[in-house]
Amino acid sequence: MIKMIMDTTEIQTINPFSRLEVVYGILWTLVPIFGLVLGIIIGVLVIVWLEREISAGIQQRIGPEYAGPLGILQALADGVKLLFKENLLPSRGDARLFSIGPSIAVISILLSYSIIPFGDHLILSDLTIGVFLWIAISSVAPIGLLMSGYGSNNKYSFLGGLRATAQSISYEIPLTLCVLSISLLSNSPSTIDIVEAQSKYGFWGWNLWRQPIGFIIFLCSSLAECERLPFDLPEAEEELVAGYQTEYSGIKFGLFYIASYLNLLVSSLFVTVLYLGGWNLSIAYGFIPKLFDINKAGKVFGTIIGILITLAKTYLFLFIPIATRWTLPRLRMDQLLSLGWKFLLPISLGNLLLTTSFQLLSL
Amino acid sequence: MSEFSPISIYLVISPLVSLIPLGVPFPFASNSSTYPEKLSAYECGFDPFGDARSRFDIRFYLVSILFIIPDPEVTFSFPWAVPLNKIDPFGSWSMMAFLLILTIGSLYEWKRGALDWE
Repeated sequence: MIKMIMDTTEIQTINPFSRLEVVYGILWTLVPIFGLVLGIIIGVLVIVWLEREISAGIQQRIGPEYAGPLGILQALADGVKLLFKENLLPSRGDARLFSIGPSIAVISILLSYSIIPFGDHLILSDLTIGVFLWIAISSVAPIGLLMSGYGSNNKYSFLGGLRATAQSISYEIPLTLCVLSISLLSNSPSTIDIVEAQSKYGFWGWNLWRQPIGFIIFLCSSLAECERLPFDLPEAEEELVAGYQTEYSGIKFGLFYIASYLNLLVSSLFVTVLYLGGWNLSIAYGFIPKLFDINKAGKVFGTIIGILITLAKTYLFLFIPIATRWTLPRLRMDQLLSLGWKFLLPISLGNLLLTTSFQLLSL
Repeated sequence: MSEFSPISIYLVISPLVSLIPLGVPFPFASNSSTYPEKLSAYECGFDPFGDARSRFDIRFYLVSILFIIPDPEVTFSFPWAVPLNKIDPFGSWSMMAFLLILTIGSLYEWKRGALDWE
């Protein structure tokens, strides 16, 4: 009898404990999430500033200079201005589709940040499906663009939305095939395993050297997915005023703006993770990482170094998409689709077969 | 907690990130006078001609139909490709047959001119 009472009291004491632990667990997962969201917002502001400064440099003008030192706060000032703008709905459009469209584009891109390792095992959720989550979630964004193009009830917007959807679904297949080849090489789709598979041999262990064709296809396809300039048909200023964002103003336009830069940042981060060795210093001298493992302070230092290395690789890589914006001419729609379906798709399939046969031979 | 719990919490947080900015203009922004030209669709200064949701090019539709087949193909390849060192030759060769059939299919599409945009 006493034992039973003991048992029940034990159960009663355990239950609130486990509930508390769940609450603590949720609270502790909120901390990295808010850190991640804050980091993403700052990262986007930095990209907007970088793009403006680099564009100004290429066109030999000054660029932003008044808001803050070197014009760093210009993007923030623009965002605040957009936040206080009037909320306009086109009179004949569909208000629901029109309002939801930008949010869907932002949410789907924001979610793919959860599987990016920013430092040594510094990741929001180390999923075993890894990059597959990015492939799955990033296909939701064109639905948002199509919704906003249709909801605007404007011919330019409608055509822009159709073009955006056709373009992103065409270039998604080569992109996915490249990611598939990478996960074949690393025997895992988890982003952490992919980075660790590149950690040997320093600079020469990068997947860039093992998958040069895949890297070029990935670069083309991610430019097309981001609607950057050689592939910016959905928002071509000369043909369709601003594509699917013609009718948008205020913060809804701002959300589209944020979504395009979020997409640019996430694809650059994925290039770093998949092809450029992630958080590794990538210098073949072995003693530098070992120095960091001596004590806990060294570990914190190592983590910060890892984050800095990832961000440095990402932002250095971002110079390529920004420079192509001012150097390459825009493709036509037929050239765009034949590049995607008749060139990139067969080549990426061949690349996959080549990778598979190498992997089978090396077993 | 399972590996998906941070992602499910993030799934709740990320809509908030995009919905809070959408709500901010309501208390702050001034609703100035609205007149029909301000809210009508932009068509280079003219009154809009007709409805935008009319007929559109069939080829956009064709592209999305063509997309439906390779996309599941790639999705099915992920479970095949990842444990390549754990499946026997039969597994890898049966996937090759699957890829071969799809390659023949896309060659047929190409020959029939489904990929041409002219």
